[in-house]
Amino acid sequence: MKKKIGVYVCHCGGNISDYVDVERVRAAVEKEDGVFLAKTTMFACADSNQKEMVNDIKEMNLDGVVVASCSPKLHLLTFRAVSERAGLNKYNYVHANIREQVSWAHSDDKEGATQKAIKIVEAAIAKVRHAESLDPIKVKATNAVAVIGAGVAGMRAAIELAEAGSEVFLIEREFFVGGRVSQWDNLFVSEESGKELITRLYDEVMKHKHVTLLTGAEVVENSGSVGNFEVKVKITPRHFKLQCNPGELDKAIEVCPVEIPDEFNFNITKRKAIYHNYPSEYPQLPAIDMKNCTRCGECEKVCTAVDFSQKTEYRNIKVGSILLATGFDPYEPKKGEFGYGEIDNVVTLPQFKRIVHYSKDKLMYNGKEVKHIAYIYCVGSRQVDGENKYCSRYCCTATIHAAIDVKKKFKNVHNYHFNRGIRTYGKQEVLYDESSRLGDIYLQSFEHDPPIVEKVGNETIVKIKDILTKDQELDVAADIVVLVTGMTPRKDNSIGNLLKVPKGRDKFFNEIHMKLRPVETVIDGVTIAGASQGPKNIMESMNSALSAATKSFSLVASGELALEPTIAEVNEDTCEWCGKCDEACPYSAFEKIEKNGKFIAKVNPAICKGCGMCLPVCPANSLNLIGFTDEDVEDMIDALLPNT
Amino acid sequence: MAGGKVNNSPKILVFSTEKISDPAIDMAGLLKLHYPPTVYTIPVPCSSTIKPRWIMHALEQGFDGVFIAADGTDCPYGESCTDKTGELVRVTMEEMKKKGMDPARLKMAAICSVCSEPFVNHVKSFAEYLSKSSN
Repeated sequence: MKKKIGVYVCHCGGNISDYVDVERVRAAVEKEDGVFLAKTTMFACADSNQKEMVNDIKEMNLDGVVVASCSPKLHLLTFRAVSERAGLNKYNYVHANIREQVSWAHSDDKEGATQKAIKIVEAAIAKVRHAESLDPIKVKATNAVAVIGAGVAGMRAAIELAEAGSEVFLIEREFFVGGRVSQWDNLFVSEESGKELITRLYDEVMKHKHVTLLTGAEVVENSGSVGNFEVKVKITPRHFKLQCNPGELDKAIEVCPVEIPDEFNFNITKRKAIYHNYPSEYPQLPAIDMKNCTRCGECEKVCTAVDFSQKTEYRNIKVGSILLATGFDPYEPKKGEFGYGEIDNVVTLPQFKRIVHYSKDKLMYNGKEVKHIAYIYCVGSRQVDGENKYCSRYCCTATIHAAIDVKKKFKNVHNYHFNRGIRTYGKQEVLYDESSRLGDIYLQSFEHDPPIVEKVGNETIVKIKDILTKDQELDVAADIVVLVTGMTPRKDNSIGNLLKVPKGRDKFFNEIHMKLRPVETVIDGVTIAGASQGPKNIMESMNSALSAATKSFSLVASGELALEPTIAEVNEDTCEWCGKCDEACPYSAFEKIEKNGKFIAKVNPAICKGCGMCLPVCPANSLNLIGFTDEDVEDMIDALLPNT
Repeated sequence: MAGGKVNNSPKILVFSTEKISDPAIDMAGLLKLHYPPTVYTIPVPCSSTIKPRWIMHALEQGFDGVFIAADGTDCPYGESCTDKTGELVRVTMEEMKKKGMDPARLKMAAICSVCSEPFVNHVKSFAEYLSKSSN
């Protein structure tokens, strides 16, 4: 039992103390058994307070510490580290959550919040009284990482990990790498094309002997945990043995009778069942899309490289960490949203970029030359009624950049930007300036009064009540209307469910903490990067890819992980082997051993994950989880009891 | 329940899970979704960690109700969690019945890591049930 417990109650600026009377909490817990010192602090996590805690622990020989502050997800590790620095084993530290689960949750009831905070801190004190020093359990970690998604973020992360010395499995669901960036032409600032960027990354990926690229590949099963994940990858064959002889591929594509909308061009063109997204896309081997192929066999007759005998393969891969870089899907406007799907010259920004790509001397759409372009901003982002409340960040810049490109590439083009306020943040502001100088016209409306697109005779008219000219009603006869669509999470985000990675309110993958732990997820060993986490431009995706790679690497690099020693314990006196714990354990951590003339259960500490599934099934109550013993939990319950 | 309550709201003990439902309860706070301050949470690794004797202890010592914010199918320790949590709830309810307690004083619902609103709705309706039944 502890005799010298130190308790620190945090104001968190005012996040806690605006609703919880922290001084009352301090005074209440000061009288608790074993409490030697109780203080309030403006910011418990601040450097100065951490130093003070280290001094207190050392000078007063504190044997247990409680900090009552934010959620343990944020600062449990911080304060465990403070204990360690003061020479106190970190398992003598207990965290009390009085922000997320008290002051913020009950900001409507200050008295209730204060009373609850007192109980929560008393429960933490009850727990710390029983705390014991523990040493971490060391397990071997596989120095390999599965990077899921071979877009810019995934490829950059794969290169980084391979250079640092990890084995990398780069797993791409499509047959071709490059993701969304491969669909883009000129990029601001360098004016490199997306394809050039992808080429550079792909070349580097292929140079590394420690990167294994799997295309047409999807993770279908996952087991294990940090350090030792085992993923099963389904690999769909391309049905090509090797590269076609020159000319043969063109012929094979020509004879293929299947025509389907080409998703690479956002369905503005068609492709065959045998295809490559554009000449020389990586890997350069074309593929046959068996979902649409009719097995007519025409392509086999003209191209000897076609091989229909290839079978779907499954591969089991062992990795220590998984990095998700699965990207985004552009928002798909609803039928009739600004005339989409109803008026024939209303397209999305991604479609428009492909139209510009394929136009040579004149900008053409539907057989007509385009001179007047209306861009409608914030379609599918910053929605007042819809689910997408967020700003997609990249679209203002992308649209203005596309509009400038169009003006430079084609003569006599006029751009009209129907916006809700331009957000070309950072360096990208120079684009806004350039477009204004080039004579682009900006018209603005509020969210509740958006522009209206309608067909009048043969003309498509975009009307707006323009707030920049004192609500004048203005209209533009547009040859094409471009809906500036934002980023949304992948429609098929099943990999997230498989790995149990939580999603945020915006349905993108969610990090542990936006600012402090931006690439880790609550699933230990699974990191996230790029637009899978939320709208990002390429630069931001690269930043997150590099930090996720570093985080994944730091887990697996040393070949050994220190795991929590909070595992199950067997009471050898009362245990009479019945095998129920063994049945309940998902990891087979139990062994039947003979000791003192009877059979009892033994826990393998390297296998036990500390889930505690065995606890309630033991008929003799011979199992306890360290940190959650009957004493710990029941004393906490007693501390929380009403009227104590 | 014995009288003498300071606050009229029933006292509810929540067992949350460190990786799944506790983050949802944290987020309820972040979103300022209010619920009665007489709801207290003890986070455990997994909802199938909870011993029936802990639940009985809480109910016998003075909590009006116990709510298990279960991992459901999201449990990082595997799919069997749902069945195991269900089983421990069944066993506990049997014992509650034997002792003449209303088994509805124990409630379980799966709370995913972003299910903040469902959590708040569950504890609110549970509190309403308990305040009606215990008076």
